[in-house]
Amino acid sequence: MLTTAPLDHPPPTGEPRLQLLHITKRYPSVVANDDVSLTVMPGEIHAVLGENGAGKSTLMKVIYGAVHADIGEIMWNGRQVHIANPAAARALGIGMVFQHFSLFETLSVVENIALVIGGKFDLPALAERVKSVSEKYGLPLDPNRLVHSLSVGERQRVEIVRCLLQNPQLLILDEPTSVLTPQAVRKLFETLRQLAAEGVSILYISHKLHEIQELCDTATVMRGGKVTGHATPRNETPASMARMMIGRELPVCHAEPYTGVSAPVLQVRGLTQPTDDPFGTPLEGIDLTVNSGEIVGIAGISGNGQAELLAALSGEALVASDMVRVGDKPAGALNAAQRRDLGLVFVPEERLGRGAVPSLSLTDNALLTAHRQGMVKNGLVNYAAAKDFATRDIARFDVRTGGAASAARSLSGGNLQKFIVGREIMQTPKLMIVAQPTWGVDVGASAFLRQTLIDLSRQGVAVLVISEELEELFEICDRIAVLAGGKLSEAVPKQQTDAEAIGLKMSGLFAGTTHGGSHASA
Amino acid sequence: MIDHLIPILAGTLAAATPLVFAGLGELVAEKSGVINLGVEGMILIGAIAGFAFATQTGGGAGAGLIAGAVAGTLAATLFAILSLSLGANQAAAGLALTIFGIGLSAFIGQSFVSYSLPGLKPWDIPLLSDIPVIGRILFHQDWVVYLSWVVALAVAWVLAKTRLGLLLKAVGESPESAHAIGYPVIAIRYGAVLFGGAMAGIAGAYLSTVYTPLWVQNMSAGRGWIAVALVVFATWKPGRLMLGAYLFGGMTILQLHAQGLGIRVPSQLMSAIPYAATVLVLVLISRDRKLLQLNLPASLGKSFMPGG
Repeated sequence: MLTTAPLDHPPPTGEPRLQLLHITKRYPSVVANDDVSLTVMPGEIHAVLGENGAGKSTLMKVIYGAVHADIGEIMWNGRQVHIANPAAARALGIGMVFQHFSLFETLSVVENIALVIGGKFDLPALAERVKSVSEKYGLPLDPNRLVHSLSVGERQRVEIVRCLLQNPQLLILDEPTSVLTPQAVRKLFETLRQLAAEGVSILYISHKLHEIQELCDTATVMRGGKVTGHATPRNETPASMARMMIGRELPVCHAEPYTGVSAPVLQVRGLTQPTDDPFGTPLEGIDLTVNSGEIVGIAGISGNGQAELLAALSGEALVASDMVRVGDKPAGALNAAQRRDLGLVFVPEERLGRGAVPSLSLTDNALLTAHRQGMVKNGLVNYAAAKDFATRDIARFDVRTGGAASAARSLSGGNLQKFIVGREIMQTPKLMIVAQPTWGVDVGASAFLRQTLIDLSRQGVAVLVISEELEELFEICDRIAVLAGGKLSEAVPKQQTDAEAIGLKMSGLFAGTTHGGSHASA
Repeated sequence: MIDHLIPILAGTLAAATPLVFAGLGELVAEKSGVINLGVEGMILIGAIAGFAFATQTGGGAGAGLIAGAVAGTLAATLFAILSLSLGANQAAAGLALTIFGIGLSAFIGQSFVSYSLPGLKPWDIPLLSDIPVIGRILFHQDWVVYLSWVVALAVAWVLAKTRLGLLLKAVGESPESAHAIGYPVIAIRYGAVLFGGAMAGIAGAYLSTVYTPLWVQNMSAGRGWIAVALVVFATWKPGRLMLGAYLFGGMTILQLHAQGLGIRVPSQLMSAIPYAATVLVLVLISRDRKLLQLNLPASLGKSFMPGG
């Protein structure tokens, strides 16, 4: 067995923990990794930086044994190894925290961990270990909570603790901060530095340049499946790293002032919605107006009523007719299709499953909402028109894909998001509602999407963006509100506020000021 | 009054026993994410196999039950190959198995119509059977009824307390995640489906060798479907499943007694009462959406093919 060797022969100092030599992985339509080499030393925090489709995820899957390289060698503590599957990787001491968590919702924290940890099946004893490890690394967890009741940040802690319980020598984190609040990111970094100080090597996959500068010792930059550079992030600037990553200057969004007619397009008045979901958040007296030609942002941490508000606005949940008005028409009692007929389009947070059907082609997915654009006549589908629409969408919004016949699930997150946003914009909406527009999307695609939304608003469209990323909201929005505990703060012009003030509102410290101080909920 | 009730309640347990076996088997299969609509067919195959084996070898009910379990397992293997290895639609494969089972059992059963078996005598559990009333109801039963309790306890224990149970739930919720962390999803589902087949086979053999120890074509009379419904309404919990099974058994016996008393209602309508009452009561007690959501195996009925 491979498992006992590292203990018998402790690696001499200076020997790499992990070395990838000339890894090449070809798929039928694309070369995901082309002669990639990479070295990680013990106790090193090593960034792997790259755009969507750069081959980062494939490379990590090769290390974790989920994908096998066509060519190339893997050296582990100085010895050549063949990693047959994830279990073999774990046995070697490689742990991975996935971007899309591999947790079981209906099981408790400790049960989820027990499924990966070997040894005697003793849940109470394991719960104790979970508690002690989670406290040691500042990742508080209740072992007996059911996973579906945890926030995204807490789920990530479960994944990290699950890896740590196996005493890994190498920890792989795939876009770990895309779901965390600024405070949670700080905590995570403390944990990672503590682990590195104990000799654990860390592979940190990300596209957030400032985080990599703050955290990582070294970086390997990838583009188009190839390594385009090695860097010491502290000696670089975000601009120089971005050049290596996307091969050009870091894109910046430009927002001209809107000069057209400004009239209310979305009006929400006293939106109150109790919930029968035991884990949902009831909405309380939400007032909001979005005018043509402006972008209004709603900040806040997910789970504070975002899902409920989006459902009430998109028409997935029906409310009293006057609570939601689109244009000059009461729309609260209209369903999603009827609201779309009024010129509302909606881009949900879940791209796969709600924004698009994973197994359907892009043409079929275009048809799902854009059928209003003359693709259906007398109940018959005009596939030529649908295919033409999807093809124009792909070309206009720079979607990297094999073509309109590709299945939605074959696209990377950023490319699928471009396709979905494009599909909605091409329906010439009056009002666009977008949730987490750049969740898990890299720098290049994010900038593209943000600029797209700005351009759309300057054509006189009202745009509402719900996002957890404060930086993003400050970059593109004209006014920003905060949703906390099912209540919405007043939307204020971004020039009159800052991240600090928004952060305070996120903890619910606004109800008193906007509603006359009668029911402050701190 | 009590004197009348005791045989009714005691009879309830025997009448419910096939449902307990078949239901527990289906519950385990569904926990792993596989819905097998072939229960009715597997019961019939188990029934004719058990009856044929018992009459031909003279081995009695015990031999019949074993033969039934084997036959049920083989039938389930057929379903598993189609739906798990070849990725056929689970609902379609299950329905096909039921139709196959009905036909096959009728075909084989033709030559066994005139036979009959002695059935089983009740075993008195020492001491417990001396308890007034309750002892006569619970502990004066044939040994297969006791076996069904043992199986129920074992299934409940495995699901609640063991790594195997956890694994079953995990595979049922997200086969992709279970595969990603390195578990053999297909093998686990095979195990669960074959267990379901064995249990359905025992249920059938109990019907034909103990409960009404003779062969009648289509003698399961829809119990397989009730078992499938019970699993859902019981929100995949063994305890609730037992409750539902005994409710059905009780209604079956009650309507038999009612028919015996000459109540003037068409007998077909009376025979339908247990089915209607069971479904009605279980719908009412399973209206708790939260309970349903928490226990529903999320991948139920979706085929899974491990890819590279």
